[in-house]
Amino acid sequence: MAKLLEVRDLVIRFGLRTGEVTATSGVSFSLDRGERLGLVGESGAGKSVTGFSIINLISKPGYIASGEVNFNGENLARVSPERMRQIRGNRISMIFQDPMMTLNPVLTIGTQMTEVLHRHRPELSREQARDIALDKLRKVHIPSPEKRLEQYPHEFSGGMRQRIIIAIALLTDPELIIADEPTTALDVTIQAEIMDLLMELCEKDGMGLILITHDLAVVSQVTQNIAVMYAGRIVEKGPTSRVIAQPQHPYTRGLIAALPQSSRHGERLNQIPGMMPTLKDMPPGCAFNPRCPHVMEICHRQIPALRPGSNGNMAACHLYPEENAHE
Amino acid sequence: MSESLLSVRNLTRHFDISGGLLDQIRFSGGRFHRQKTLVRAVNNISFDILPGETFSVVGESGCGKSTLGRTIMGLYAPNAGEIHYRGDRIDNLDPRSLLPYRRKMQMVFQDPYASLNPRKTIRQTLEAPLRYHNPKLSNGEVQDRIEEVMLQVGSDPQWISRLPHEFSGGQRQRISIARALIVDPEFIVADEPISALDVSIQAQILNLMMDLQQQRGLAYLFVAHDLSVVEHISDRVGVMYLGTMCELAETAALFENPRHPYTRALMSAIPRLGGGPGGHVRLRGEVPTPINLPSGCVFHGRCPHANDRCRVEIPGLRRLDDGRQVACHGVEEGRI
Repeated sequence: MAKLLEVRDLVIRFGLRTGEVTATSGVSFSLDRGERLGLVGESGAGKSVTGFSIINLISKPGYIASGEVNFNGENLARVSPERMRQIRGNRISMIFQDPMMTLNPVLTIGTQMTEVLHRHRPELSREQARDIALDKLRKVHIPSPEKRLEQYPHEFSGGMRQRIIIAIALLTDPELIIADEPTTALDVTIQAEIMDLLMELCEKDGMGLILITHDLAVVSQVTQNIAVMYAGRIVEKGPTSRVIAQPQHPYTRGLIAALPQSSRHGERLNQIPGMMPTLKDMPPGCAFNPRCPHVMEICHRQIPALRPGSNGNMAACHLYPEENAHE
Repeated sequence: MSESLLSVRNLTRHFDISGGLLDQIRFSGGRFHRQKTLVRAVNNISFDILPGETFSVVGESGCGKSTLGRTIMGLYAPNAGEIHYRGDRIDNLDPRSLLPYRRKMQMVFQDPYASLNPRKTIRQTLEAPLRYHNPKLSNGEVQDRIEEVMLQVGSDPQWISRLPHEFSGGQRQRISIARALIVDPEFIVADEPISALDVSIQAQILNLMMDLQQQRGLAYLFVAHDLSVVEHISDRVGVMYLGTMCELAETAALFENPRHPYTRALMSAIPRLGGGPGGHVRLRGEVPTPINLPSGCVFHGRCPHANDRCRVEIPGLRRLDDGRQVACHGVEEGRI
């Protein structure tokens, strides 16, 4: 059976007035059914744009310049807008960061939920659609869902709104959910509940999950595999536990070491000097070379390909010998 | 009380959101009467901050931690309670007599994009507080101080004629810190100073704050919701819930062995690197609004250990044997 999702050599460009910039290049990863993948990076690393590109939500002046997004063997980067609409919000759902921005404030929850069903499954009657909506609200543990269907978004707290967003994403029983920073706007206790819920749903229904976040700790608890992005490229990927325990790429190492949990109380944190380059002034060679403690001469000339590091994680770094570069 | 830098006693701050006269009028029992709607953001909070220490206030959004910081700084007038700075009461001073204390107490805000005036150069931003508090300084001295403080926060002094938009978030936050430092304070209220920044930049700013504390003996009131950051940099931590301080302890004691049921739930929800999923204490229901505070203990509606006493009687902060303070009837009675 084909993989659920296979992204290959994805290049996304933005044609700006001041010239064209490349937001991501050579991004490749794949996802099995029921697998949970974390896409990690700092703001501007290209993780959200990668997530959006899967369901073709990149708006002008951005476009997919090359590469493939194979979903159940079908290349979504090249399908017609009509076909895309059949898949988006139906086979693949998306959860966004801010639950207040994603819900329409002037429509009841019930209207917003049944709207999705009417769009994707027009054969359903009103009552059937309502029953499905109730069922999904129960699934995300919303108490007294019958009453809740009649309410407006402002009558819910942030955590409840995010549950409703998840319920909406589940309406069509998708095979893949893309969650873009789903808990960044929420408090820790609520974050923990939402993450538990997402995991429970993935395990129960065999859904795939792409969790886009900057929070390594959250990713380490929820996902099985991680892809770390830096300046538009995947710099390391591998099984979550191994990437966290034995990071191979100097950026991943720096990122993990910079977390307060990695240092002893009151000690200086291991900071990475400098900051991520902007898309307009990428350094030649490896984009991390100005901040890297192991920088070598070759790093200024050549962009490293993803290759197996010493423990089997894939890392895009010249520290690991070229011979391994053939996947 | 004399040795503490800052003492807060029974501080209370309410916000009146009842609007105009017409909005306040209610009809009940056959007659009209006026009714005020109050947001009880901070209720009866007391604590001390020692010179050179980092005291953190944590809690979820809406718990009143930012209001607490701003009330201490005098940005809001307290409705009740007292604030003492080195033994002098400062909450009832007029603006002129408050001036010398303002030099000693400075603030760093959360959003470095909103807290710097976009139309002022860095030089103007840094110069204004310095000249205001030291009108006798010569131009040369002002220049020297600006360069010195820019170097201290790790910025290039040559950048001072630039405008804020030319800087990244991390650099702007360095400039916000420089603005606080330039009048040579002893005490800084830092309200979520790193939550708008990326992880690798967060580490840079935290290191800077810790370095400055060592060099200058600064005391911080650090307001934050990121518990792993708080655990790392604080000497003592106060946990707030719905406007009340529910537990106050040394950092290690609090994180290793939280006693208040809310603190326990909060600590168990911290995502740990490489830790397994789940296993956190689930709380019933949601945080009530601070407009109609629950009777008794503010946490009783969500507390797994609540009993009749919790529903009626407000628990005060009590000192336990190990020195920590907990506001919980259950802990006092030995039930928890």
